[in-house]
Amino acid sequence: MPASVTPLYFFIVSALIFAIGAAGVLIRRNAIVVFMSIEMMLSAVNLTFIAASHYLNSLDGVLMVFFVMTVAAAEAAVGLGIFVLLFRGRKTIRVDEINLLKW
Amino acid sequence: MIDLVWLIPLFPAVGFLFNGLIGKWLDLDKRVVGSVACLALGLSFLFSILIFFSLLKLPPEARAAVPDKVLFDWIVSGDLKTVIGYKVDPLSIVMALVVSGVSFFIHVYSVGYMHDDPGFTRYFAYLNLFVFMMLTLVLANNFLLMFVGWEGVGLCSYLLIGFWFDRDAPANAGKKAFVVNRVGDFGFLLGIFLIFANLGTLGFNEVFAKAPSLDTVTVTLITLMLFVGAAGKSAQIPLYVWLPDAMEGPTPVSSLIHAATMVTSGVYMIARCHLLYSMAPISMAVVAIVGAATALYAASMGLLQFDIKRVLAYSTISQLGYMFLAVGVGAFSAGIFHLMTHAFFKGLLFLGAGSVMHAMSGELDMRRMGGIWRRVPITFVTFLVATLAIAGIPGFSGFFSKDEILWQAFSSTHGHVYLWVVGAVAAGMTAFYMFRLLFVTFLGQCRASEEVRKHIHESPPIMTIPLMVLALLSVIGGYVGIPHILGGRNFFHEFLAPVLGGLPEGTGHTAFSLVRPVFASGGAAVGSGVNMELLLMGVSVAVAIIGISIAFYLYIWKTEVPKRLGERFKTIYTIVFNKYYVDEIYEACFVNSTKKLGTFLWRRFDDGVVDRSVNLVADLMLWLGSVLRRIQTGYVQSYALGIILGAVIIIIFLIR
Repeated sequence: MPASVTPLYFFIVSALIFAIGAAGVLIRRNAIVVFMSIEMMLSAVNLTFIAASHYLNSLDGVLMVFFVMTVAAAEAAVGLGIFVLLFRGRKTIRVDEINLLKW
Repeated sequence: MIDLVWLIPLFPAVGFLFNGLIGKWLDLDKRVVGSVACLALGLSFLFSILIFFSLLKLPPEARAAVPDKVLFDWIVSGDLKTVIGYKVDPLSIVMALVVSGVSFFIHVYSVGYMHDDPGFTRYFAYLNLFVFMMLTLVLANNFLLMFVGWEGVGLCSYLLIGFWFDRDAPANAGKKAFVVNRVGDFGFLLGIFLIFANLGTLGFNEVFAKAPSLDTVTVTLITLMLFVGAAGKSAQIPLYVWLPDAMEGPTPVSSLIHAATMVTSGVYMIARCHLLYSMAPISMAVVAIVGAATALYAASMGLLQFDIKRVLAYSTISQLGYMFLAVGVGAFSAGIFHLMTHAFFKGLLFLGAGSVMHAMSGELDMRRMGGIWRRVPITFVTFLVATLAIAGIPGFSGFFSKDEILWQAFSSTHGHVYLWVVGAVAAGMTAFYMFRLLFVTFLGQCRASEEVRKHIHESPPIMTIPLMVLALLSVIGGYVGIPHILGGRNFFHEFLAPVLGGLPEGTGHTAFSLVRPVFASGGAAVGSGVNMELLLMGVSVAVAIIGISIAFYLYIWKTEVPKRLGERFKTIYTIVFNKYYVDEIYEACFVNSTKKLGTFLWRRFDDGVVDRSVNLVADLMLWLGSVLRRIQTGYVQSYALGIILGAVIIIIFLIR
């Protein structure tokens, strides 16, 4: 890796991806897309961990990434299951139409 | 033996627990319930007698100094140390004897009288509880335990007046008695507080030992407060109104509680505190004046009543007035003497009235009686004995005690000639209304309906035997205190002297001599002593005979005269017949204003302030909720926005 590439580049990229993901979570209506946005946020965090791990000469970040990926996989399985059931019940997976949890 | 004094109140307590808890539960036979109740009282009476005799064996000066029997510490808190302890001295043992003895005979009588009542077990449980409380009251060695007994007898009085609580009149009478007694008890309690605040102790021995250190104002205040309590319990002006209504209870209850024992506890309490009263001449004067006024006032109300139990009730109030007159003029042992003889003859009068009711199918109005003496001979004779005793005919117990009170009212340094006059007039009235009662009830024409007339019968022996025993006591009860002037020996005073001191001596100032030195009572007349006493005795006997003669003239000889007199003096007749409208005045002044205050507090304060402020808080919360719940949109993304904004704010805050 060229020496001119400082960790700051990695952090900026990961911050951008994280922000795009967060915006997607907030504004997209399709639950699948919201879910993908969440995966993007997780990936952004992973990128930060890897970069920091490299520059600090430590394996702690890499270890953390494995955990995050495991959790993301489990979460994807559970989340997709929920969406399938939701679709069966309500014939939609648009999050703005699923607002039962209120007064 | 004297150490076993705690057994005296224990037996009725056990009887109460047995009948009250087990008797009802097991639905025991009436014979078992009655026997247990009577046995408890019999044992109590037996132990009172045994302790009385072991007290007699002691030399007179040691009798008042018997150490208290302390069972255990009761309340120990800060400066206050109270024990459950019993005091044995001549005064308390005389009271214990009277209470347990009279109670025993009335219990026996009740077995017959209440035989067909469905509340038989409950009745005897209450009655035993009453005797337990009464014995606690008279045997207590401190003010607080006495107060427990004092409240306890009030409770039992309430329970027994309202014994037939399914009818309105007894239930209301019970409430009235309880409420009026609360007024008196409040005074008593204030008196106890004052004693504790000033002397730091409540034990009788300690209080009376430290009493001389009190100043006159304090001791006057204490004694007046105690007298308020006594006036409530013993039905004196102005708190007497509950006693006539208390006649709604079963007749043996009227006899036991509202004639012989409970109502006399005020007299006992003042006699017990005689040291305090002796230090407060003004209180003594108040006691004497209230007593004399009550004696006259209540007697006047008794003149015109037609309900036999009401006549006896007013008579009781009047006789209690005599007792207060006695203790008020410093003749404490004379007051206790009259208390004892009164317990005998008034208890008997009520039991006799109960026996008459039994014979007359529950009739109480003497206008529908008459001429029944042949059919109920034992009741008639015993009633006659009691009437002679209360009228003060020489030879019967009432003569000795009443005459002594009148003589003391005249001659004591605390006494006054007017007190004597009032007492003598009341004695004449007593003789009149008692013989009016006797004549109208037992003699003359029978005015009962055919139906009732057929059923007139003498009561069973279980009721007549107590009548005969009490009749015997009504005769001989007076012979323990024959005045010296008649060549007797006043055993009763000699026995009580270690506690109550001798008869009052002519020393010191009194309220009367301070106020009106000219009329400084009969104190001056003591000089002419012997003849004066005999003269006054003659006068009081003459007054009694005049009263009886008038009764004879009006109700046997010229029976149409009373009606004419009633029409001639219609205004006075109406006022007295309606008991001076005191109940109505109290109703208007105190009862209604209290009700109005209650309604005001209910409507304005409770509904308007308390409830409204509570509701206001609740309404505020409801409104707040209705606004704030809009935040809960149900959209997952708005929650996510919240989370992200929150995280951003925290991060901004952290990295700054």
